[in-house]
Amino acid sequence: MTEYALILLSTILVNNFVLVKFLGLCPFMGVSRKLETAMGMALATTFVLTLSSVFSYLVNQYILAPLGLEYMRTIMFILVIAVVVQFTEMVVHKTSPLLYNVLGIFLPLITTNCAVLGVALLNVQEQNNFIQSLFYGFGASVGFSMVLVLFSAMRERITAADVPEVFQGSSIALITAGIMSLAFMGFAGLIKV
Amino acid sequence: MMVVIITLAIIAAFFGLLLGYSAIRFRVEGDPVVDKIDAILPQTQCGQCTYAGCHPYAEAIAKGEADINQCPPGGEAVIIALADLLEVEVIPLNAEHGEVKESKTVVYIDENTCIGCTLCIQACPVDAILGAAKHMHTVIESECTGCDLCIPPCPVDCIHIKAVTPTLKTWKWHRPEGGYAAPRAG
Repeated sequence: MTEYALILLSTILVNNFVLVKFLGLCPFMGVSRKLETAMGMALATTFVLTLSSVFSYLVNQYILAPLGLEYMRTIMFILVIAVVVQFTEMVVHKTSPLLYNVLGIFLPLITTNCAVLGVALLNVQEQNNFIQSLFYGFGASVGFSMVLVLFSAMRERITAADVPEVFQGSSIALITAGIMSLAFMGFAGLIKV
Repeated sequence: MMVVIITLAIIAAFFGLLLGYSAIRFRVEGDPVVDKIDAILPQTQCGQCTYAGCHPYAEAIAKGEADINQCPPGGEAVIIALADLLEVEVIPLNAEHGEVKESKTVVYIDENTCIGCTLCIQACPVDAILGAAKHMHTVIESECTGCDLCIPPCPVDCIHIKAVTPTLKTWKWHRPEGGYAAPRAG
């Protein structure tokens, strides 16, 4: 049990995918302008990332490894992620129109989120088993969601703040992200995983 | 090499079948309520309900943001049909949005007075007014929905309403009394 708690803690804080590993920066900058959309994106990513982490583990373990095709991982994982995203979109659209309205536009965007592919590939690299992959994917997505929501809340306040003219817009956002990243680097000594 | 190609092809085909199947299994026919409301509205896109067109108004009704009595072109028939669909009380037309017309009207521009200011062109929701700056404008009668939105902006009051008298080509049989002729789903 401690092992799984450590995986969660590691992926959420210590090795945060956005601020420490620098994966998934595009949606981090792109949809963080409003808190509402950031929450939608965070929810959608959590869902897809956890699923695709598990599915890509299964594909790697039971299809690629027995056939000795490990070098085809990247393209296989991209295929798996795209299918999971599409499938999720259809199921959500059918079963919960309300959730679909919240996630709607963000679901297709996740296909190109490199954090999703990053998690799938890192699962293999770290030789995680099924449950570990599940927790690794979930932790990564919770970490992503947390910093995305925090960052968008900050950006909402920054738009109202008196920012010097040269720093206005994206530059102050990037500087903020950099300072957040520095802060998260402070977790580095917390645990060893 | 062959193993790779075959494996990838099999997996891709499997995923393709899965997605194809789920596309049929989980098919959704839009938002049924919005579409049903939209089917009842007269589709004049006149904007008198304060929404940008009939579909936005239908969405607003479905969300509960708008009342069902904001559509002057539809008049009482549309209100009754909407009340029937949404199972709410029939309420009289909100006079803020305009009055019901006895018969179909269109507008025409008094071309001697028109100064070519283009204000009425901007107001027209269906692009039925033709003209350019400082040139005379004219109304394409077959496109005009009779919403009268172009009349208030005109600075020289050169736009007038006229009733459409049916000709042999445009005459239609009267709609049945009391019934509503819009297509019903199901």
